[in-house]
Amino acid sequence: MDKIKSIEELRKLRETAQSFLKARQGEAKVKIYISMGTVGIAAGARDVLLAILDELQKRNFTDVQIIERGSMGLDIEEPVVAVERDGVKVYYGHVTPEMAREIVASHVINGQIVSDWVIAKE
Amino acid sequence: MEELSLNILDIIENSLKANAKNIEVNIIEDDNKDLLLIEIKDDGVGMDEDLLKRVFDPFTTTSANKKVGLGLPLLKLEAESCDGGIFIESEKGKGTTVKICFRKSHVDTPPLGDIASTIVSVLATHPEVNLHYRHEVNQKVFEISTEDLRKICSETICTPLVLNGIRGFLNEQIKDLHGGA
Repeated sequence: MDKIKSIEELRKLRETAQSFLKARQGEAKVKIYISMGTVGIAAGARDVLLAILDELQKRNFTDVQIIERGSMGLDIEEPVVAVERDGVKVYYGHVTPEMAREIVASHVINGQIVSDWVIAKE
Repeated sequence: MEELSLNILDIIENSLKANAKNIEVNIIEDDNKDLLLIEIKDDGVGMDEDLLKRVFDPFTTTSANKKVGLGLPLLKLEAESCDGGIFIESEKGKGTTVKICFRKSHVDTPPLGDIASTIVSVLATHPEVNLHYRHEVNQKVFEISTEDLRKICSETICTPLVLNGIRGFLNEQIKDLHGGA
């Protein structure tokens, strides 16, 4: 993507985004929870979130809601990301930006849980 | 934390936990005064005098599932070791203001880091909150609020495409403040 240097360019981007959004109706199909307490941030949660955004954009996937959860009480596993899809919530621990990209591709978009990294299910 | 933009994110997260609806982030860099000042002001629930006295104690936390809170105590240590300091004003029901200053040229002053990513992280996860960001570098100013961005991007503001666009836009503006590439 070209660098956005002005408000005008940002406005143009909105039009592109609108066409993707039209396909989506009602509640998002997938929810991604990311833990952003002090420990999460120090462990790299912000970079994980940015990787998720980037991967979602690359794959033109907008049917998703990203929710911030504060500390989920799993400090030792931070950064923690949870994916809620088809009624099941799956927690992943020690997520790196690279892992986050794979979780987006397999689980968020295609519904395939990446079992090796799962720390809990709800 | 490796960079101050992560501390800023941590403090904003505190504000969000305190139910803030409006958050102001104010950064001033001044080479003449050799000063780096960060101010985060919110309209959250605020703290009473007793809690305010204990905020720098690592064994103080408002979280039910934790016994320690290290965000502010470590930041205080960091600022003080760079000839700076941290000041918190708060009133129950009115909100909280956190001010942190550093001597800009001090060798241990951490880099400001990726502010654009911090802002976009908040925007992505809390689109309902109004965040006002003002950044001044040697009297040159850039400022923008979530409200402004919402007017420009309307309902698309939470899409990854637009969020990444905003991050790029902010990065360019901050680069400009520091005199371009």
